[in-house]
Amino acid sequence: MKILIAGAGKVGSTVARQLSSEGHDLTLIDSKQEVLDHALERFDVMAVQGNCASMEILRQAGIADADLLIAATSQDEINLLCCLSAHRLNKNIHTIARIRNPDYANQIYEMRETFALSLSVNPDKQAAAEIDRLLKYPGFLKREPFARGRVEIAELKVAEGSRLKGIALYQLNDLIQCRVLVCTVLRRGVAVTPDGSFVLEEGDRLFVTAATDDLARMLKNLGIATRKVRRVILCGGGRIAFYLAQRLLRSGITVQIVEQNPDTCALLANLLPAACIVHGDASNRELLESEGIDDCDALVNLTGMDEQNIVVSLFGASRNVPQIITKLSRDQSNSVLASLPIGSVICPKELCCNTIVRYVRAMQNQTGAAVSLHTIADGQTEAIEFRIKEGTLHLDEPLRDIPLKKNLLIACIIHGPQAEIPSGDSRLILGDTVIVVTSRRNAVHQLNDIFA
Amino acid sequence: MNYRMIGRIIGQILGLEALFLLPPLLLCLCDGDGQAALGFTLSILISSAVYLLLSRLCRRAESGFRAKEGLVCVSLAWIAMSFLGCLPFVLSGAIPNLVDALFETVSGFTTTGASILPAVEGLPRGILFWRSFTHWVGGMGVLVFLLAIIPVSGAGGGFTMHLLRAESPGPDVGKLVPRIKQTAKLLYLIYVALTVLNFLFLLLGGMPLFDAVCNAFATAGTGGFAVRNASMAAYSPYLQTVTTVFMLLFGVNFSCYYLLLMRQFRSVLRDEELRLYLIIVAGAILLITWDLRGLYATVGQALHHAAFQVASIISTTGFATTDFDLWPSFSKAILMVLMITGACAGSTAGGLKLARALLLIKTLRRNARQVLHPNRVQVVRNNGQAISEKVLEHANAYFAAYIIIILVSFLLISLDEFSLTTNFTAVLACFNNVGPGFEGVGPSCSFAAYSPFSKLVLTVDMLAGRLEIFPILALFSRGSWTYK
Repeated sequence: MKILIAGAGKVGSTVARQLSSEGHDLTLIDSKQEVLDHALERFDVMAVQGNCASMEILRQAGIADADLLIAATSQDEINLLCCLSAHRLNKNIHTIARIRNPDYANQIYEMRETFALSLSVNPDKQAAAEIDRLLKYPGFLKREPFARGRVEIAELKVAEGSRLKGIALYQLNDLIQCRVLVCTVLRRGVAVTPDGSFVLEEGDRLFVTAATDDLARMLKNLGIATRKVRRVILCGGGRIAFYLAQRLLRSGITVQIVEQNPDTCALLANLLPAACIVHGDASNRELLESEGIDDCDALVNLTGMDEQNIVVSLFGASRNVPQIITKLSRDQSNSVLASLPIGSVICPKELCCNTIVRYVRAMQNQTGAAVSLHTIADGQTEAIEFRIKEGTLHLDEPLRDIPLKKNLLIACIIHGPQAEIPSGDSRLILGDTVIVVTSRRNAVHQLNDIFA
Repeated sequence: MNYRMIGRIIGQILGLEALFLLPPLLLCLCDGDGQAALGFTLSILISSAVYLLLSRLCRRAESGFRAKEGLVCVSLAWIAMSFLGCLPFVLSGAIPNLVDALFETVSGFTTTGASILPAVEGLPRGILFWRSFTHWVGGMGVLVFLLAIIPVSGAGGGFTMHLLRAESPGPDVGKLVPRIKQTAKLLYLIYVALTVLNFLFLLLGGMPLFDAVCNAFATAGTGGFAVRNASMAAYSPYLQTVTTVFMLLFGVNFSCYYLLLMRQFRSVLRDEELRLYLIIVAGAILLITWDLRGLYATVGQALHHAAFQVASIISTTGFATTDFDLWPSFSKAILMVLMITGACAGSTAGGLKLARALLLIKTLRRNARQVLHPNRVQVVRNNGQAISEKVLEHANAYFAAYIIIILVSFLLISLDEFSLTTNFTAVLACFNNVGPGFEGVGPSCSFAAYSPFSKLVLTVDMLAGRLEIFPILALFSRGSWTYK
């Protein structure tokens, strides 16, 4: 497909990397030549320098025969105007805009027609939803929902003294007394697809597929306390903090927000009367101590600076905060960070990129397209949800007879309300949903791509 | 340095070359020429062996291919290609001396067309075909061909841009379409289509099949190896005119043809470089015709020869319909200037390139204005678009390197004690990939008289000219090799 990406910033270039490797023809538009030059060095794409909202530049970028426009500049208004102009030049184009300003959140939904938007993405809101999910289910580093939340892939670290240490995977189900499947293990920065004889070591990060209800049981049997989060400290009062605070307050959790800019503090205090807004520098220990970091249930670092987020998270870890979440805007897949105790890492641009890639795959192939897509294990592995439709190969054959690609496994089959962790006897049945976990090197765009 | 990746790419290039050597081998077998056939068979075997060895050794190449690797890879590939390409000449006994054979091959691949052979008509047809075919292969670039056919591995595909940039001529190389593979395919499609068209026009004019193929290749690559001793003078005026037109066509930036295919006629018409090209061609033809008025019987004849020679020199092809060394000085001076300017960037022609000349003139104008208004802020534009300072700096540096290399090579080959004009035009003709110069290296003479050392200097000049200096300089830079 021919795709234009306006804005080669964080989201723009993440999307470009993914879509370019999937074989789409990309043209990047940005106002800064250096940014474009950098992108040209890394990806097989074309670049046009200029204002993406101007028709002249859009024409130059070849809007006339493009299938999709992704507007991901830093300004919402430009993104909207860009989509409008694009639609004016090409009636059949699909448009995706990144809209971040909370003021527009509701309006966008009502004005989608007017702005000719096919999809609007909000990385901050997505990140907030993700953090919210993590906070409500402590014990996991990350959780990815599938099949409308009935099944999840959860990330779990084998900590010092964990009962998982030294266990071979075939013993796992007896230990935790419920059926789960370890689909990927990240050992020293490399994703491995394990088999039953794989023995877990300290420091491994497991990616476990299980029905949502089984996850709680699993944590309990592993001896990981799942105490309810009651008080959360958010460092940084940006958009993510706002969305997150809204959600947390709604479920009755006490929220403290530490923010450096007095104007932002005033704004937040106005918008979130129930939250406690603290003016000050989050990297100041005494401030955090006086705000009660020692007995809070979770610390979430959301400032715009990755370095500060990491440092404050490390400080939190030294004070034994039960749950720590760190937002990183830059590269999430950094093996240096994996060794640091900074808790769960949230990367808004990756979340946003997944949404967009999912949309593109759905566009590309109306039948058999992925229902949802998540990248796990530092982006080395993809978990993709498919609906089994007519035309799927190997229907009703037992799984043990079906040849699958290397480094790929079927992690879950969902029949109606019931989620099944597949065994050799399981079958693919029309109307079911499957979750496939695969190394990123396999290009799996539709269900039939999984067969060898 | 990612040596394995470079090794793999060079291996693939040599594999391709083995394929390219097949048609001349078949031709030799048809003609029953055992000696030449043996030469080609051995060369194919050696190329394939090196290909297999390199692809074996470099199976596990890590990713990470930057500008440095791109430059080194392109120049090494060209050198390796030239060494293997000269084997048929040596092994078949057509050119027994290795230095001579290397000169001839590099002259072929770089589309120079300078020859050390005083007469070509006695040579086997397979050898002649290979000579012309090297022009065609080198014209658009063999790495571009490779890019058009190899699958580019998933993420990080941006690296191939370094190869395209290092091999394609011009100050600011860009893609036509988002995918590099598609871009390379399009370039070759246009190239092949124009070549076939040229071939058909030559056939229509009654040129023998073999001559038509070889001349079409030599014209397409703007090379200039002929299959007759008298170059193009051996053919009818119609065939000469066809060649004139096609030489000029191959001197046009190929992106103009792409725009024509996309029906963007207006942007082609407004292209500043194309306009300058046409103006220079028309002006040069008129001035030379006027200068030649006494030399030929009719004005028509003078115009015909002037047009052919101008097209041949500006497109850096180097065919001749007449010994232009006998022309008056003014005409020769014009031709010498055309040798330096060359044709458009992004074509198969050599020389400085008009796009770069335009940038240099525009920078000059800007700096002249700056003297009058020291605080004035100025932007250099081309086709209405601002040119980045980086590109301008690069063009200036290129020009400096260009002058220095010409002077140094001129000094070195002057050790052979030929006349100043001979030596100077020999360097110009080789470095700009033209072919013939004046006096001792004029259209009726050859480079055979030079010493082996001078031939090697000129060989390096040809390579540096075709690859636009920097890839070759990268080979000699310590920074390319010391650290990983």
